[in-house]
Amino acid sequence: MVTFTLNGRQVEAEEGSTILQVAESHNIKIPTLCNHKALEPAGLCRLCTVELFDGRRTRFVTSCNYPVRKGIEVKTDSEEVIRHRKMIVELLLARCPNNDFVKNLAAEFGIEAPRFKLGDDHCILCGLCVRVCERMGIRAIDFSGRGTETEVATPFKVFTDACATCGACEFLCPTGYIKVSDITRKEVRPILSEFDEGLAGRKPIYVPYAQAIPNIPAIDRSVCSHFINKGCKICADICPAGAIDHTQQDEEVEIEVGAVVLATGFKSFDPSQYDTYNYAHHPNVVTSMEFERILSAGGPFGGHLMRPSDHKEPRKIAWLQCVGSRAINPCDKGYCSSVCCMYAIKEAVIAREHSKEPLDCAIFFMDMRTHGKEFDQYYNRAREGGVRFVRCRVHSIDPMVESEGLQLRYVTEDGRVETEEFDMVVLSVGLQTPPDVADLAEKMGIELDHYKFARTGSFAPVSTSSPGIYVCGALQGPKDIPFSVMEASAAAGAAASGLARARHSLVKEKTFPEERDVSAEPLRIGVFVCNCGINIGAVVRVPEVADYAKTLPNVVYVQENLFSCSQDAIEQLIGVIKQQDLNRVVVASCSPRTHEPLFQETLRSSGLNKYLFEQANIRDQCSWVHSNDPDAATEKAKDLVRMAVSRASLIEPLPMPSVSVTPAALVVGGGVAGMVCALTMAQQGFKAHIVEEKERLGGQALKLNKTWKGESIPEYLSKLIDEVTGHENIEVHLNAKLKEVSGFIGNFKTTIALNGTGEVRELEHGVVVLATGAHSIKPDEYLYGKNDRVFRWHELDEAWESDLVKNAGSAVFIQCVGSREPERPHCSKICCTFSVQKAVELKKRNPDIDVYILYRDMRTYGEREDLYREARALGVIFIRYDLENKPVVTETEGGALKVTVTDPILGRPITLEPDFITLATAIYTRGAEELASLFKVPLSQDNFFLEVHMKLRPVDFAVDGVFVCGMAHFPKPIEESIAQAQAAAARAATILAQKRIDVEGVVSTVDQALCRGCGKCVEVCPYGAPELIELREGVKVSQIREAMCKGCGACAVACPTGAAAIRHFTDTQVLTMVEAALGG
Amino acid sequence: MSGEYEPKIIAFCCNWCAYAGADLAGVSRFQYPPNIRIVRVMCTGRINPNFILKAFQLGADGVLVSG
Repeated sequence: MVTFTLNGRQVEAEEGSTILQVAESHNIKIPTLCNHKALEPAGLCRLCTVELFDGRRTRFVTSCNYPVRKGIEVKTDSEEVIRHRKMIVELLLARCPNNDFVKNLAAEFGIEAPRFKLGDDHCILCGLCVRVCERMGIRAIDFSGRGTETEVATPFKVFTDACATCGACEFLCPTGYIKVSDITRKEVRPILSEFDEGLAGRKPIYVPYAQAIPNIPAIDRSVCSHFINKGCKICADICPAGAIDHTQQDEEVEIEVGAVVLATGFKSFDPSQYDTYNYAHHPNVVTSMEFERILSAGGPFGGHLMRPSDHKEPRKIAWLQCVGSRAINPCDKGYCSSVCCMYAIKEAVIAREHSKEPLDCAIFFMDMRTHGKEFDQYYNRAREGGVRFVRCRVHSIDPMVESEGLQLRYVTEDGRVETEEFDMVVLSVGLQTPPDVADLAEKMGIELDHYKFARTGSFAPVSTSSPGIYVCGALQGPKDIPFSVMEASAAAGAAASGLARARHSLVKEKTFPEERDVSAEPLRIGVFVCNCGINIGAVVRVPEVADYAKTLPNVVYVQENLFSCSQDAIEQLIGVIKQQDLNRVVVASCSPRTHEPLFQETLRSSGLNKYLFEQANIRDQCSWVHSNDPDAATEKAKDLVRMAVSRASLIEPLPMPSVSVTPAALVVGGGVAGMVCALTMAQQGFKAHIVEEKERLGGQALKLNKTWKGESIPEYLSKLIDEVTGHENIEVHLNAKLKEVSGFIGNFKTTIALNGTGEVRELEHGVVVLATGAHSIKPDEYLYGKNDRVFRWHELDEAWESDLVKNAGSAVFIQCVGSREPERPHCSKICCTFSVQKAVELKKRNPDIDVYILYRDMRTYGEREDLYREARALGVIFIRYDLENKPVVTETEGGALKVTVTDPILGRPITLEPDFITLATAIYTRGAEELASLFKVPLSQDNFFLEVHMKLRPVDFAVDGVFVCGMAHFPKPIEESIAQAQAAAARAATILAQKRIDVEGVVSTVDQALCRGCGKCVEVCPYGAPELIELREGVKVSQIREAMCKGCGACAVACPTGAAAIRHFTDTQVLTMVEAALGG
Repeated sequence: MSGEYEPKIIAFCCNWCAYAGADLAGVSRFQYPPNIRIVRVMCTGRINPNFILKAFQLGADGVLVSG
């Protein structure tokens, strides 16, 4: 270390550092034009001149390349220094009188007009471009000429091919003089961000996207200057952690596995081949994926709604559906992509929310396929909110000549041809498997179907044709997030079933030293202040904060860290805690939401209870949000450290309780979902109880004949029932009803009563799966129940071989009977496919039969679209009707049926005389309320069970240990029920596979001496954690079941006597922070 | 009131939403005045009305409960 005087203050600096570097670290600003941290200092501009006294004489030196020496005295802002700098700037202004950068610089120095002869240059000869070009390993430019003739130029001052168009010179040039286009004729191509769909650029070293795991930068070798020209490596110099290693090589890693899950996802359809849509030629025709990025706060426009061509906010946007879906001629994508209708509505709704001015959104569609849970309600809200829905497939998009808008010509439902101009058009592109999927399939030996999705059967929806290889997500077929997430769990469940014997065999358990008892120790707080590289240190003066921390009560040790979370810092922290006998630790760094678990584990590794840790958030909530005010940020950081230390003085070690797990499951419902779920768990070695209220297993599937792919359901069902009843781990309770439920995750007790016998059984289990299924309504319209030729959908299957059906000359199907109506707004999802499948079967059996399907939107989603196409090819007639104009069914005196419906193409009513009618009646749940209240789980508006998160946790409830699958969750076809059942089993197995479950220590507690048993805590707790117990006769007190407590503390607030409290957040522990915040 | 009046604000933030929101403001590099001091709680259900009164008593000029 070297000690010297800087502006009258004694400072210490590392040997070899320059005056400029030391001054900067002390927040002393020295102006410079030619210095850059990536380059060797050159002392070219001389603006960084300082006054230096070395004990003998005073000199003026350039601070950027003058190393500090012991005893020197440096003045950075003496009068003489400032006079020097002014002269330099005046000369620069004379050289470049018309350059904005130089003019601004001169203004800063108070120079208006130079006294010297004016030139007309724009280059200040700082040499940044020349030096960086050399650093990049290229040397396409250099100084040429001498004296006043000096200039930056290429060899012979002609265009050069040596230039790699990296753009570093242009990027560093302060005056905007140097241009790549003056150096080379090569085309400059920006590196487009894959994540931003090419709407923004990215660097060769980049974090692929904000949620990337691991969230660290990667180097794209194909564009990195180092890998192309051997130069640069600036990133390695600048990285304070020294984490960048350019010598790393790709490694081939061999892993032994027992199962493989393929989850390679989808690639969105490229609409460039639709030439009539002008996607390739017009910037304001974008894909839906591009539009997602435009709407994203982290996207290319920062979440501001604007169109690409001129960054103007659009007033009118059109969405065109089914681009690359439901189209055979242009692109051979005959299937429906399932997700585009819903995402288009979502984009329209969000775009309207983002837009400052009223925004006109129009969605051009063929059938609105919002068949998911609560999707139709969303569609209705969008329509009521003003999003326009136009039923028309638009043929072409014409660019406007006089504006940057686009013109659409379309036909309205009543046959008028309209021409409308939009500011931008979004193409709702479909989902397809990535181009290398065929390669993957060949390598893995799995079959693909004709649309290149992995071939799976309805009864094993996540199993590929190759045993042990499973598939989930869009590789299996086009699907949305909830179903992808669900299938992911299903694939895990299927894989785990086959690997049950190997469970835990590769687990390495982490052990911690025994916990130190700190109860008798005086407080010894250690404070660690993090720089987070430059994230904190560049704004907050970390040394000052660390010095301040030393003055706080009970603080015995303070340390600054570059990265507190790096592995070496963590190891060092463990050592310091032991050496210094610390018994409370405060880390002032980032957010406890991201890093508290890491530091808590560190405490455990050093023998401390993990709750003796406290974190001060001086990055996310300080340096990052006050980056333009270092003084205030530093003061705030001190306050935050003071608050954390005061809280640390009061926090106590907490027990880390765990509860045992009964390795058994209760499955409520013995339909396909319930049975598959029980079987999946049983195959993994867990016991499963199936409780079914009917006298036999099978549920609704007993009434069904074939899947839409043609597989026999009765055959599958009888095999499944045999397997379930024959499995040693499964106990089936028929004719049984749930009476009472108590307990919590890992430890449930359920009483069931057997109908008629009076027998009662008590079951102990660690998890619950609700698979109670659903029913179809019995409608009171369309003569149902009055005329025996009017069937409900499954009744057709039952009457399939009857003479009436066999010999019929005409059949009518009516869709949406009781579904998508004001009193039952949800779509029942399975009926469109069912009716189309039956129509095809009827036509195939008797080609002369006339089959009519009266529908509102044909929702044969996914590859089921093939069936719809086949039906039309076979001559099935589809007639669309509206809710306002429903078909009317009448009968003649002889019982013959008549159906009158308005044909939307003819525009007039037509009458059909079918031999029988099949009604696609709505699916609803029965008795769900009762179960919901037993298990304290919620129901959706449509009375289906409501999972904790519709997208990301599709089979879990907020109540731990309780899961849902099958039609009780929402109407769905058999293959989706099976997948969901496997998913619920996999989720349940994550609990059953543990002997004990750790329970969070931050839970409520009741001081029973203070409790008067008023039950207020029981009332307010959303999780049912407190219960009143009888302490002795007539004396009730509250008790917290810790495994159910989520630590919200509502009971502590509601408690009138102060008996209920929340650990780790007691009144004093919270208020001490308030006091510390205000008392500084 | 002088022009230099700088209020002292105490914010009680729920760990799961508002506190996460404050972190997100940081990640998004939003800039806001440095007058606010955030106290993290696990749920705003934990905020006893007394906390708010206590904060005013200790000299807070404003209290924000967010969750």
